Amino acid sequence: MMVTYLAKFPSEEWIKLFMEQLNANKNYEEAAKTWEGDFLFVINADAELKEPATMYMDLWHGKCRGVALVNPGEERKAAFVYSGPYGNWKKLINKQIDPIQGLLTGKFKLQGDMAKVLRAVRAAKELVETAGKVPTEFA
Amino acid sequence: MWFFTSPKIIFGEDSLEQLRAIEGKRVLVITDPVVSKLDMLGLVVDELKKEPRTIEVFDQVEPEPSFENVEKAAAAAHHFQPDLLVALGGGSCIDAAKGAWVLYERPDLKLEAVSPMTKLDLRKKARLVAIPTTAGTGSDATWVAVLTDKSQNMKLDYFASRELVPDYSILDPRFVLKLPKEATAYSGLDALDQAIEAYVSQWRNDFADGLALRSIQILFEYLPKAFDNPDDLLARQKTQNAATMSGLAFSNSQVGLAHSTGHALGAIFHVAHGLAVGISNPYVIQFSCRDAAERYSDIAHVIGIKEESYEKATEMLVESIKRLMVRLKTPLSLREAGISKSTFEQGVDTLIEQTNRSTCTFVNPRVPDVEEVRKLFVCMYEGKPVDF
Repeated sequence: MMVTYLAKFPSEEWIKLFMEQLNANKNYEEAAKTWEGDFLFVINADAELKEPATMYMDLWHGKCRGVALVNPGEERKAAFVYSGPYGNWKKLINKQIDPIQGLLTGKFKLQGDMAKVLRAVRAAKELVETAGKVPTEFA
Repeated sequence: MWFFTSPKIIFGEDSLEQLRAIEGKRVLVITDPVVSKLDMLGLVVDELKKEPRTIEVFDQVEPEPSFENVEKAAAAAHHFQPDLLVALGGGSCIDAAKGAWVLYERPDLKLEAVSPMTKLDLRKKARLVAIPTTAGTGSDATWVAVLTDKSQNMKLDYFASRELVPDYSILDPRFVLKLPKEATAYSGLDALDQAIEAYVSQWRNDFADGLALRSIQILFEYLPKAFDNPDDLLARQKTQNAATMSGLAFSNSQVGLAHSTGHALGAIFHVAHGLAVGISNPYVIQFSCRDAAERYSDIAHVIGIKEESYEKATEMLVESIKRLMVRLKTPLSLREAGISKSTFEQGVDTLIEQTNRSTCTFVNPRVPDVEEVRKLFVCMYEGKPVDF
């Protein structure tokens, strides 16, 4: 019997698995080959998640160079900050929310150079699709 | 959760008369040099003059307006300080007016920084009325403007905001009576493609669906009549309504791959927008059929195709579109449109790159990978059916 290990979202394990999957994704590598800009993914607390969490990803020329779960109280800056409540993250990872529609309807917020993101939609799509492939256990 | 956004639409014969009732003491009419030489500008100015107002005209909008052209129109607005903008013309005039409106109200912003997520806070200085003189782009009803970034030789398709929907759209059929045959065909095919893509888009919704289907039905019936007999007022009125309905449909869902490939063809080979999306449309349907055959078969049924199999109905829809294009004397491939093989081969990599950067590509029912985009362009060039 094969047992699939599930990483809890959000957690350091989850973001590390995400990095592994992303670096194995050739489509992402091609789509993001000119991308330069790190991200903070902020998961805001809601009815299902008591403590907010922030995950950091250093994305550079089609690869993820490093990730971290940001410690509570730690000041970490990044070129882009994508934030939303936990319930919406769950829907995003489960492909129940389109990442751009999520922004247009205010379910997520993005700080950073919006034009740069909108010129890299294929990379963004690959990023979200890869997140959906991480074996995930929600809190 | 989603939204439906629309201007107030005044349509039918004599609808221009309602312009008189729209408040505004200082009116800037934004148009192009062709329209300004026709009696349409006079009709608009005469109607505006029925109330005490000061009127100025900016008539230098270029086809496929560039950032620089929009900035020029914005400079005219800054100088004149209007409280009402009237965009008179085809999609280029209306899109240029939208861009100029943003810069007039928000001089702190750059055009390339505007996206659907930018809070614009418009209508502090002026409102916008759109009076289309073509029946195609539907820009009078949409919250998007297609502007050309000459520095990157590409069309910017994310210049969009719900705030950019004009306050009023006035659809007076007199304004499309003088549309030349070729422009009638190309703009009609643009409207048809917008409606089809809106109906199959990943962002489709019930509100847009109804408008899209009825718009397609009207275009199949009345576009050939408007093409054959330019003075047929009913056909003109119907195609004009259908274009705005198509604009409303796609503005509230999305256009797809025929538009991203069409925008790239416009930017690289300077193919007229309606022709570019018109040529792309049948190939994109063939490509997307794998993931949207049921939706395409709905479209086939509303134009009278009686075929139960989704795939066969889609094939018949493609054939109907091609027949319509032949009827409208429109080329069916890029080669037929006069693009040489060497020009195509020199430009194809840039076409692919731009298609991959367009948001429209990613709401298409089937999202192509890079190699599929290349194969799609080859089919469009050669006129070969898409079989992958």
